[in-house]
Amino acid sequence: MTFSQVWAWFTDPANWQGTDGVPSRVLEHLLYTGLTLLIALVIAVPLGAWVGHSGRMRWLVTGANAARAVPTLGLLFAVSMFVGPLIKSDLAFVIPSIAVLVLLAIPPLLSGTYAGIDSVEPAARDAARGMGMTGWQVLAKVEAPCALPLFLSGLRSATLQVIATATIAASVSLGGLGRYLIDGLASRDYVQMICGSILVAVLALIADGVLALLEKRAVSPGISGRATRVARSRARHHDAPSDPDSAGADRPETDPRQAALVGPGSTGPAEATAATGTPSERDRT
Amino acid sequence: MIRFEGVTKRYADASGTDEEQGSVAVDDLTLEAPTGKITVLVGPSGCGKTTTLRMVNRMITPTSGTISIDGRDTASLDVAELRRGIGYVIQHAGLFPHRTVLDNVTTVPRLLGTDKKTARTRAMELIERVGLDPAMAKRYPAQLSGGQQQRVGVARALAADPPVMLMDEPFSAVDPVVREQLQNEFLRLQSELGKTILCVTHDIDEAVKLGDQVAVLRVGGVLAQLDSPAKLLADPVDDFVAEFVGRDRGYRALSFAAAPELSLADEPTVRLGAGADEVRAVGTPWVLCVGDAGEPLGWVRAAAVESEVTRTLLHRGGTVASTSGSLRALLDAALSSPSGRGVVADGDGRLVGTIRAAEVIPAIEARRDAAPAEGATAR
Repeated sequence: MTFSQVWAWFTDPANWQGTDGVPSRVLEHLLYTGLTLLIALVIAVPLGAWVGHSGRMRWLVTGANAARAVPTLGLLFAVSMFVGPLIKSDLAFVIPSIAVLVLLAIPPLLSGTYAGIDSVEPAARDAARGMGMTGWQVLAKVEAPCALPLFLSGLRSATLQVIATATIAASVSLGGLGRYLIDGLASRDYVQMICGSILVAVLALIADGVLALLEKRAVSPGISGRATRVARSRARHHDAPSDPDSAGADRPETDPRQAALVGPGSTGPAEATAATGTPSERDRT
Repeated sequence: MIRFEGVTKRYADASGTDEEQGSVAVDDLTLEAPTGKITVLVGPSGCGKTTTLRMVNRMITPTSGTISIDGRDTASLDVAELRRGIGYVIQHAGLFPHRTVLDNVTTVPRLLGTDKKTARTRAMELIERVGLDPAMAKRYPAQLSGGQQQRVGVARALAADPPVMLMDEPFSAVDPVVREQLQNEFLRLQSELGKTILCVTHDIDEAVKLGDQVAVLRVGGVLAQLDSPAKLLADPVDDFVAEFVGRDRGYRALSFAAAPELSLADEPTVRLGAGADEVRAVGTPWVLCVGDAGEPLGWVRAAAVESEVTRTLLHRGGTVASTSGSLRALLDAALSSPSGRGVVADGDGRLVGTIRAAEVIPAIEARRDAAPAEGATAR
């Protein structure tokens, strides 16, 4: 089990062809990830935005975060046993897998969205309402753009976790990059397992990089701190240090299973900048 | 004109949800903020001043009573429409951090459907009008100082040219020097624009400075006194108002008395760089130093000059009164001067002469004798 064996595996054309070749496995993996994130976004974003906007039912966010403690693999088997007899097709495995992954993706998305909306400066929100924006306009024109950095850090965190954990789909006979791990384990082909792990890690890093780029493009320089950094560095005539106010807002707990699979990819949204929200003093008398 | 008629706001207590039984924030308030004037609401914390202000644009709904703007009941209007027609300035400016200064200022015109180009042209005018460098238009709020942010806040409130403005502690989040500057520029702006303004502050000095009329509220949201600043200082209606208005009332009331024509004494002066002999030749222990345009720079102690008059030797404690200023400024110039001679300058800042406190006092006495009844007959 050496570097040359890994190199040989990756350069073997046989591993890049057919339904169990790398491209189709990566595609399957991305398909699971994309579908999971889509469903999780549809559930978590409106819910998180509403909780953040209205300040009501904050326990939902706490509750969802607590749900992170549920072991994903165990849950997958439990749900599969439950759903399996009801459906007579591949869906019997797809539905439980996606459901479990959605459950994993919701907490970071929900708390990211909630924290983002909640972190909007009360004065800005008050001014927006006082100038005659409707509730939807406040949400769309002020709260959403201000919430973007924390939301995106939640999205990055969710994406990393889902890419890493989507490997479990293979344990209920589905595809994806998890096949290399499950099959490798079954046949004691450790080289294949290592190569599968590397693929997962690389995929996670690329996805995170793409999202980081998106974050750079989409977040207003007035919020990301880029504008102030540029001004400061101009004033000092050298590169400004990284923003000391930034803090990891939504760091996922380190899961040894993920750490083993993903390696360097699981560092989470280290660049997430948290706007410091002061408690609102909305109805002063 | 903003008119409050029997306006009451009760908050539901923590224990129950019945608003009728809750604590009273504003109690049966009847008040008029006249068109084109600044009305200041002032009072200690818990007096309901902010609640009162926020009921005007219906950020808070009154429990009972009506509030009308130029005769129209605010409750009958669409709330978003109502708010778009009212300029709103708040304590921390509340700028949108993700928008540039320019885009912050265009907010309300854009909500009202003004096209981007027109809105931006108008916004640029306003940005300059509130005393900001046009280059700031492209900056983000995080790149501005607190004072600059507050100027943007004022420009933003003025952008749609609303006849009515609400200002909630607009200048309290900046340091005293900047605050004074903002207050002065705000008054200058108001003298040009003549908006109907309702302003909240906890600072009686600010209230007296800004207000055409001042409404003092006591805890529980009861109007204690509504009067002009001069009247408020001269004649507080009860102990609460007297205590709230504070010390030095007699002295502060002089702010509202324009200085009469007083004969000023000619003051011999020296320039920066004048030699020790020249300074001592004047013959007084303190000698006034002026700049090239004749503007007073400060007093210099003749005995302290070794070779020549330098800036570091100048005594900076003295204030300078203006010929068009108040009796208070005149008296203060005399009192703060190390020589006892108060420096008076003209509108362009050039030295006109000096005056002693003993010469200001008769003017104050004469003023009181001219209007003996005013303080005694009210109420």
